[in-house]
Amino acid sequence: MPATGALDLAAPVGVELRGVAKAFRTSRGVVHAVRGIDVSVAAGEAVALLGPNGAGKSTSIDMLLGLTRPDSGSVSVLGRPPREAVDAGLVGAMLQAGALIRDVTVRELIALIAALYPDPLAVDDVLDLVGIREIADRRTQKLSGGQAQRVRFALALASDPELLVLDEPTVGMDVESRRGFWEAMRAFAARGKTVVFATHYLEEADAYADRAVLMAHGRIVADGPTTEIRARVGRRTIRATVDVDDLELLAVLPGVAAVDRRGDVVVLTCSDSDAAIRALLDEYPDAHDIEIASPGLEDAFLELTADAAGAVAVEPIGAVR
Amino acid sequence: MTALAYTRFELRRTLRNVRLLVFSLGFPLILFFAIAGPGRHETDFGGTGISLPLYYMVGLVGFGAMMALISTGARIASERTDGWTRQLRITPLSSRAYLRAKVLTGYAMALLTIASLYASGVVLGVRLPADRWVEMTMLILVGLLPFAALGVFVGHLLTADTIGPATGGLVSLLALVSGTWFPLGDGFMHDVAQWLPSYWLVQASHVALGGDAWSATGWIVVAAWTAALALLARWAYRRDTERV
Repeated sequence: MPATGALDLAAPVGVELRGVAKAFRTSRGVVHAVRGIDVSVAAGEAVALLGPNGAGKSTSIDMLLGLTRPDSGSVSVLGRPPREAVDAGLVGAMLQAGALIRDVTVRELIALIAALYPDPLAVDDVLDLVGIREIADRRTQKLSGGQAQRVRFALALASDPELLVLDEPTVGMDVESRRGFWEAMRAFAARGKTVVFATHYLEEADAYADRAVLMAHGRIVADGPTTEIRARVGRRTIRATVDVDDLELLAVLPGVAAVDRRGDVVVLTCSDSDAAIRALLDEYPDAHDIEIASPGLEDAFLELTADAAGAVAVEPIGAVR
Repeated sequence: MTALAYTRFELRRTLRNVRLLVFSLGFPLILFFAIAGPGRHETDFGGTGISLPLYYMVGLVGFGAMMALISTGARIASERTDGWTRQLRITPLSSRAYLRAKVLTGYAMALLTIASLYASGVVLGVRLPADRWVEMTMLILVGLLPFAALGVFVGHLLTADTIGPATGGLVSLLALVSGTWFPLGDGFMHDVAQWLPSYWLVQASHVALGGDAWSATGWIVVAAWTAALALLARWAYRRDTERV
């Protein structure tokens, strides 16, 4: 996995979205799906696009793939316009909820897609990479939901792309197939590929991305390493059983921001949990059953997207003509 | 190159769909034997100067082949609904190549219908000089052009749910007013029908009489419908692909 953190300016460009916006006209008025976003992904990086339904993830992905033209802003994929990158076989994508066509075997379907590209992987290699060799001769209409997803993943890999784009790839997979899927994804990404994936599952972003981009209401509300996003809202908490009557005595300890009591247990919300735990153990050596927890990405996610919802609520959603 | 690969794939897939083949090839054959079997000795059917088996052979070729090409639309519509079209749009296969493959597959199915009905016609005593068979086939293939465009048009206009009833109804109606089921004579029906491309499909049987099966009107009607429907198809296709 490539190093996270500051972007090396010399690093080759993977994906570059600059000031990209897109609105749709619907029967109920204009929907601003994406309201001006800037994202850059370095080559070889794995980035998760997180956000609730309607956040603009799929629209952003469609623009990245050249399926939708942005109203304003620019999109570049591996230094080219999206359509050119797609035609050159540099991009493989797994779109949301696409069905597979009937009356062909898995092998034939992969072979067809591979045949459309200039320099594809061998069909057998794709089957092995995704781990679906045993269903290669099955007709597509006889696959289970999880198997169909794996086949769609295989189609995305067929061109041996440099950039892999996955729009909520594990929807409909059981735990087992999900694990298998991510293993395969990792194996492929390890060849130095760039990966952008949209997901609802925060643990997937945590486990498989170097960086997470959080979207809400068409805007980016956070962009950074998953650990950093968590830290932005994340205040670690210390829980311990401490024999102390006056909570104020705990509140004045260094690194402690707030104190709360739940029965025998006190909960210290910390600005600096390292300082707080040292001080706590110095002052109260009999403190026991100590737990230090960092907030899940889930909490960070809820907090950040809730803020954005508030910000949007005060802004008039004017109809664009 | 990619268009060729996709056409091959499309054909293989179609020929493997046994139910589709049984219905689209079997249905016109059953109708043909049911109608033309009992009347196979009639040499001048309804004053047309054409034998009854030949008349219905060509009539049903028109019906079946029209169906085959309009069915292209049903395939396009369902692949749009399923998201397969989107999947293809993130490959180097161009939308044009996709449409070409669809139309070629439609024509291949039409050729199967033509071949199976010709063979059945011969069984019921249809005899024509070789050059007449060729001329008739050419006229039918040209006469199908408007329906190839119509298939693409409805495929991008309608949804997978509505396209079945819409095209089924349309083809039945066109067949009825174009003389597929009985000769139209010289009345009002005939006056209307000659402005329809499907009428000229049925008229291809008139090669048996010697001379030209299509009058100048026939060529103009077919060309005009082809041009008009091709424009509509292009409009619907553009509207659709910009949104997808």
